[in-house]
Amino acid sequence: MDITGMTAVELGKRIQKRELSAVDAVKAYLAQIDQVEALVHGFVTVDREGAVKRAETVQKKIDDGTLAGPLAGVPAAIKDNLCTKGMLTTCSSRILENFKPTFTAEAVKRLENAGAVVIGKTNMDEFAMGSTTETSYFGVTRNPWDLEHVPGGSSGGSCAAVAAEECPYALGSDTGGSIRQPSSFCGVVGIKPTYGTVSRYGLIAYGSSLDQIGPIAKDVTDCAVILETLAACDRKDSTSMPRENYDFRGALVDDVKGMKIGIPQDYFIEGLDKEVKEHILRAAAVLKEKGAAVEEFDLSLVQYAIPAYYVIASAEASSNLSRFDGVKYGYRTSEYEGLHQMYKKSRSEGFGAEVKRRIMLGSFVLSSGYYDAYYLKALRTKALIKQAFDKAFEKYDVILAPAAPTTAPELGASLNDPLKMYLGDIYTISVNLAGLPGISIPVGTDSKGLPVGMQIIASCFDEAKLFRAAYAYEQTKAYERPRLVKETRKERRER
Amino acid sequence: MANKISDEVIEYVSILAKLELTEQEKKDAKADMEKMLDYIDTLNELDTDGIEPVSHVFPVHNVFRDDIVLNGDGSGDTLANAPLEKDNSFKVPKTIG
Repeated sequence: MDITGMTAVELGKRIQKRELSAVDAVKAYLAQIDQVEALVHGFVTVDREGAVKRAETVQKKIDDGTLAGPLAGVPAAIKDNLCTKGMLTTCSSRILENFKPTFTAEAVKRLENAGAVVIGKTNMDEFAMGSTTETSYFGVTRNPWDLEHVPGGSSGGSCAAVAAEECPYALGSDTGGSIRQPSSFCGVVGIKPTYGTVSRYGLIAYGSSLDQIGPIAKDVTDCAVILETLAACDRKDSTSMPRENYDFRGALVDDVKGMKIGIPQDYFIEGLDKEVKEHILRAAAVLKEKGAAVEEFDLSLVQYAIPAYYVIASAEASSNLSRFDGVKYGYRTSEYEGLHQMYKKSRSEGFGAEVKRRIMLGSFVLSSGYYDAYYLKALRTKALIKQAFDKAFEKYDVILAPAAPTTAPELGASLNDPLKMYLGDIYTISVNLAGLPGISIPVGTDSKGLPVGMQIIASCFDEAKLFRAAYAYEQTKAYERPRLVKETRKERRER
Repeated sequence: MANKISDEVIEYVSILAKLELTEQEKKDAKADMEKMLDYIDTLNELDTDGIEPVSHVFPVHNVFRDDIVLNGDGSGDTLANAPLEKDNSFKVPKTIG
C-alpha cells in the first residue's frame, strides 16, 4: 500500500475502514522522513516517539468510535511558529531555540481534537520573515523538485515536507504570501483563508493584521476538509470573525459554468517569467473551456502593495517582537551589565539579519516625526487597495493570477538583495492587505522541471467560490510527484 | 528624492528597537533603510487625501468579553522556560539603583 502517496482524506478513509491503523500511517511517514529528510531538511523537530504514542492513543479512540472524522489518525506537520505544548517551538530563530510552550495553538488543538497525529515542526524563515526559508537559524530547506533550489517561504518547510511526502498535510502561516508562494514552488496546494477565519491564538505573531493560518496538502479536497476543521470563531482571538458559512466541502463540484473570472492585466507585465505566464493563461483557458466567463481587467495600484506591506508588516513586527527580551523565555546573552544591556545583547545575538532589518525599519516608521508620513500613508494605501479589490469583486467571482513571478530560484540567489526578494511577493501581498482568501494550485512545470502555481483569489468569506474554481481546474490535471519522491520510490522498488 | 539617514537616526532607532548593532551592522542598516525608504516613497505618487487609514480590514472595533479565568496555575511550566529563575520568579539584573 502506497501510504505516503495518498492524500490526507484518502488516508483517513482507509483508517476508518480499518485497512490500516493510525500507527501504520505514522510509521510510514517516519520511514519516509528517514529516507529523505537529510536531503530536504523540512523539519526543525521530528517527534518520533511522541508521534507513535499519539497515534496509539488516537487509534484507541477510533476503535471505540469516539473519533470518526476524515482526519482521525492522519499525521500532520506544523509550522514552527505555532505553539505546541511541551514541544519545541522555535520560529526557526536562535532567540527561541529552547522554547517549549505551555499551551497549544488553537488551530493545532482543533486538529488534535479531530484526531490529527502531530509528527513534528517544520522549518521556516526566521519569524516568517523571508521568501526562501534561507533565513532559518537551523539551516536551509531544499526543494524536493530540485535540491539546488529553494522551497520558497516562509512556510518552506511545511510545503517541502508535503511535497517530499514526509507528511500528508501541514499547517503554514501567510502574512504576505508565505503559504501560497512556497506551495507554488513545491507543486502542492495551499490556502490562505479570509483574515479572521482561523484563530491566531498561539501563532507567534509577525504582522498581526495580516497573519492567517492555513493548510498545505496534495489537493484541493484535503485543503477544504482541513479548513473546515480549523475554521471557528475563537474568543481567545479578538480578530476572529464569525462566518455564516463553514461548509467548504460542499463547494467541491466540477462545475464552473457561468462563473465570472477576472485576470488583472497589470499582473502580466514586466518581471513575470514567460513560462509562468503561459501556464497561467493556459490554465485560465481550461476554465473557460469548462464554461467560465474569463476576461482581463485593470486591477490598478499593483505597484503600491509591496511598499505599503513592508511599512505595515515591519511596524507590527517591531512591536510584536519586543516581547523577546531574554527575561521570560528563550535566549539570554551570557555576559551583560544591567538590565538594558541584557535586553539589547540578548536581542542582537538572538535575532538574525533579516529580522533585525525589519525591526529597525518598523521602529523607524513608527517613530515620532515619521509616523504620519510612512505608517499612516501605508494604512491609507491599504484602504485604496481594498477598494480596488472590492470594485473587482462587484464584477468577478474570482480573480486568477500567478502565485509568484518565477518558479523557485536557486539557493543563495535571493539573499544578497532583500528588495529583489521582496518584489517576488507582488502577486500575493495585496491579498493579505485586503484580508482576502487566496489559494495556490499547481498547473504544470517549466522547462527546468520546476512547478508553477496558479493563485485564485476570492472576496472576503467567499472561500466556496475559490474552492469550486480550484477543484474544477484540478479535475483536468493529475497530481505530480516531485523528482525526489519518484527517485526514492524507484529505489525502494528495485531494492 | 533619495533618502539620507544620519548616524544619529540609526542610533536613535536602535534605542527604540532595543538592538545593539555592530559598526558594520549600523552601516548596513543605514544602506538598507535608505534603499527601502526610496522604494516606499513611491507611495507619495498616490493621492490619499481624505482617505481614512485602515488598520483592520473589517469594521470591528472593541471586542469585549468577560474576564473569566479558564486556565489553571501554569507558573511551574512557565518558569521552566525562564533563562534564569529564583524563588518562583524570573531572575533579572538589578533594575533599581
